[in-house]
Amino acid sequence: MVVGVFISFKALTQLYLAQWRDAPWAGLANYRIAVDFNAAVGQALLHSFVVTCAFTALAVGLSWLFGTAAAILAQDRFRGRGVLRAVFLTPYALPVYASVITWAFMFQYDNGLINHVLHDELGVTSRPTFWLLGDNSFIALVTVSVWRNWPFAFLVVMAGLQAIPRELYEASAIDGAGVWQQIRRVTMPSLRPINQVLVLVLFLWTFNDFTTPYVLFGNASPQPADVISVHIYQASFLTWNFGEGSAMSVLLLLFLLLVTGAYLIVTSRRRRHA
Amino acid sequence: MPRPSTTRPPMAPPRSFVWTRRIVLTLLTVFAVTPVYVMVSSSLKPLQDVTGAFRWIPARITISPYVDMWRTVPLARYFLNSVIVCTSAAALSVLIATFAAYAVSRFRFRGRRVFTIVVLSTQMFPGILFLLPLFLIFVSIGNATGIALFGSRAGLVITYLTFSLPFSIWMLTGYFDSIPRGLDEAALVDGAGPVRALFRVVIPAAFPGIVTVAIYAFMTAWSEVLFASVMTNDTTRTLAVGLRDYSTQTDVYWNQIMAASLVVSVPVVAGFLLMQRFLVTGLTAGAVK
Repeated sequence: MVVGVFISFKALTQLYLAQWRDAPWAGLANYRIAVDFNAAVGQALLHSFVVTCAFTALAVGLSWLFGTAAAILAQDRFRGRGVLRAVFLTPYALPVYASVITWAFMFQYDNGLINHVLHDELGVTSRPTFWLLGDNSFIALVTVSVWRNWPFAFLVVMAGLQAIPRELYEASAIDGAGVWQQIRRVTMPSLRPINQVLVLVLFLWTFNDFTTPYVLFGNASPQPADVISVHIYQASFLTWNFGEGSAMSVLLLLFLLLVTGAYLIVTSRRRRHA
Repeated sequence: MPRPSTTRPPMAPPRSFVWTRRIVLTLLTVFAVTPVYVMVSSSLKPLQDVTGAFRWIPARITISPYVDMWRTVPLARYFLNSVIVCTSAAALSVLIATFAAYAVSRFRFRGRRVFTIVVLSTQMFPGILFLLPLFLIFVSIGNATGIALFGSRAGLVITYLTFSLPFSIWMLTGYFDSIPRGLDEAALVDGAGPVRALFRVVIPAAFPGIVTVAIYAFMTAWSEVLFASVMTNDTTRTLAVGLRDYSTQTDVYWNQIMAASLVVSVPVVAGFLLMQRFLVTGLTAGAVK
């Protein structure tokens, strides 16, 4: 950590790798390059940052929605509920790289399942789509990320539901509330504390996710899906410019600290007022 | 009759609710299961069938991918590397986390709160932030002492410890807190030292939690890609990176990739099924605190 901040101030390139402490000081130059949005490096970083924010917002939102819907709908007893729970947890249980490779296979242009279904069977698209190149790669990335993370939301919300006292439902039923009203008036408000933690955790995981884009796209992420973690990795290890890479990591860390701090302050204040 | 585990009172739900439930849960099931089906079915197809257009029902079934996958890529070596690295990481993680969590849970000391916050905050840092510093620290340790951590299994174990320890400590602290203090205080009164009390009283009582932590550490290490791709070489490569070797310049052995993916998933899925009940308890205990 400390070393990370330290090297971000250095002009560290492959020339100095063996004696990295002797690398010349660069002062704030690395940072200046990273945030100079008129130059190529800064512009790429800004682009990647925007992509990551959009990706995170979408993926977290959908994961939360799917997980919560599934947990609430599967709350009552019905036949096959236990099996369903196990099925829902499989995406979360599989090792990330194994499942992401499978998704990469499904997204293949000529022998993948997605194009087979959309083009050959349903005829939605007039010609097969390139999913892992160009603009569609963003959709592919969001899909895989949601597939991977919604079971976690399901798991957490399911646990949260068990903590809601039975009496609340009984009282609302006596007051004449139907199932839908109970969900809106009893379940959702009671889940708020759990949701606050859940959304934060999902946000941090998704924002920092490296494995999914890296395994899905390999070493070269397509532009529309160039998320920040892979971007920094490429900036550091393909060009061996560790100083710049660390400067970007430190900026990323500051951003995450800021967002998390603001989030915690806002949510805890709201909780106190409630 | 046992009390139903649902929290909602037994009441016949309206039709609209039942239909929404059927539709949404069916769609989610399809979403969740399709990749698994693709993995299983494709791993049983001969190579020319996975390079052609996708078919839901395999035209021909063969188990040769499961045989060939060991030859295309030195999968056995990767497997062994993964097992060594992940088992060591899990064992060390449990050992260190048990002592740390016991200290945090049972003793008041200066900096206890700070320690907890630091441990938790490492969860939010992007892995990429640790990558460059660790890389350089390993290189300079190598230069100074001649111990080559970079590219070695030991280096990877140390790296994985930095991931799994924070969560392990956090979770075990929650577990230890839930064990009545009276239990180990009684042991102390009987003349046992704190370490003896830990081993004779606290650890047996917290055994499910300790198992969970071990499985958790094993699983995170098993699935890690970023550090494994940078910090290993041909002889120490782990499964997470090794699976990529199935795609060559000319051919991608999709059927063997799928077969290998299934095989490497087995230990993790088994571990997950073992611990999922404990995982939920641990997470919610942490969230409520």
